[in-house]
Amino acid sequence: MTNDARPRPFRPRLGARLGYALHAGLAANPLYARLAAWLERRPRAYRAFTAAERVTKQELFGCRMCGQCALPATGYTCPMTCPKQLRNGPCGGVSPTGGCEVYPELTCVWVVAIERAEAAGHGTDLDLLHRPIDQRLREQSSWVNYWQGRDDDLWTSAPLLRRELGLQPVGKR
Amino acid sequence: MSLRAAFAAGRFAVTAEIGPPRGADPDAITRKAELLRGWVDAANVTDNQGAHVRMSSLAGSVLAMRAGVEPVMQLTCRDRNRIALQSDLVSAGALGIPNVLLLSGDHPRFGDHPDAAPVFDLDSTQLVATARTMRDEGVLASGREIGARPGWLVGAVENPFAPPRSFRARRLAKKVAAGAEFVQTQYVFDVEVFAAWLARLRDLGVTEKCKVLAGVGPIRSLRVCEFLRSGVPGIHVPDEAERRLRGVPAARVAEEGVSMCVETIQRVAAVPGVAGVHVMAFGYERGVPEILERAGIAPQPAVSMEGLGHAG
Ligand code: SF4
Repeated sequence: MTNDARPRPFRPRLGARLGYALHAGLAANPLYARLAAWLERRPRAYRAFTAAERVTKQELFGCRMCGQCALPATGYTCPMTCPKQLRNGPCGGVSPTGGCEVYPELTCVWVVAIERAEAAGHGTDLDLLHRPIDQRLREQSSWVNYWQGRDDDLWTSAPLLRRELGLQPVGKR
Repeated sequence: MSLRAAFAAGRFAVTAEIGPPRGADPDAITRKAELLRGWVDAANVTDNQGAHVRMSSLAGSVLAMRAGVEPVMQLTCRDRNRIALQSDLVSAGALGIPNVLLLSGDHPRFGDHPDAAPVFDLDSTQLVATARTMRDEGVLASGREIGARPGWLVGAVENPFAPPRSFRARRLAKKVAAGAEFVQTQYVFDVEVFAAWLARLRDLGVTEKCKVLAGVGPIRSLRVCEFLRSGVPGIHVPDEAERRLRGVPAARVAEEGVSMCVETIQRVAAVPGVAGVHVMAFGYERGVPEILERAGIAPQPAVSMEGLGHAG
């Protein structure tokens, strides 16, 4: 199964606290927005930038390049490495020891996510409702999409309201 | 009575399960439905359960209705993208299927087609929200309007026993915020853990918005007990239950398992906030009436489901 390219739970190699700290450095601002816009006008630069993002985030988080990053709301644990790609929490098949239903030898990504988010004081993030992903954004740079403001409605803020989930057509391009 | 009517009347609701056959034999559904008719408010029709190919839950639901049993059509995210999911939801509405149960689904890896593509375009929470939006606002996930709106109740599932247990009530709260109106749980063999989970739900205000049906079922042999304890993801059979089954002569294990199920129903029914039970009797549908009767649950008054042919 090691050659199976399908998602498998990945335990992040970067501490959650460091993730939150680094996020501050990547937080959207006008400068980054300009950089993102510039990158989108230059296919080669965009490809190089995206490749760099891929290498870094694959190594640290097992990133699957969904192009719409959930990490800031999941204790910096990638939900796209869940074999069912669940973005709203663990399925009911988690084993008594916290193992993934599909790959019992690996720990469920959501068990890890919840542990990490809570330990870093971000436990309430786990109540956020994540809308369906836009499959068109796969293989794109999530940083560019984020700096361009395309992630603004990726999840709802509390209080939870169902009508805020999944109603907006995604991607403004 | 229908499930909706039971909920509205605050009456203890009973659902059971009908697994569709592998072949194209409609009588396989009819036979199971006839065993349950008159005893349950509704019966789940499973959706290619365990990622094994079966007659579709949509077809099975229609056959169950014809046989006089109200269906709860299960629909998983495993095999369909959001287009197919919404299409099946519209179809269920058009065919008058009164309840749907929306879940992520078992991964194909352990099914009879492990080489299949796992779809998982939406997750169960997102599917619940999509369904509620279709029904209540008359629009698809794309924002496009649909004409006639479907009328089904929207159900979900939760497993109070799977780690991380402290998160399980919040997980259901998310589904309820997304629009789930009722929930069926995984098998309850450990009433204490179940009651603790329900207490959390009450604290979160979830039980005011969502009816909770406790999953129950008899363990009728030591082999099944062993299997449930080791082989089935998400099922928690406490040592005490196993000891009890091992403590009786081999010939009486089945009977003891049924008695334990009856007691579990009575105990969960006493937990504040429980709206009913969901009886999963793997291949033992004929025993469901006895279990319910012994648990003190009266047969459900026969309903005439409008336009559904004969009713029990
Ligand atoms: S971009 Fe998507 S796939 Fe990559 S780490 Fe973030 S959530 Fe995971």
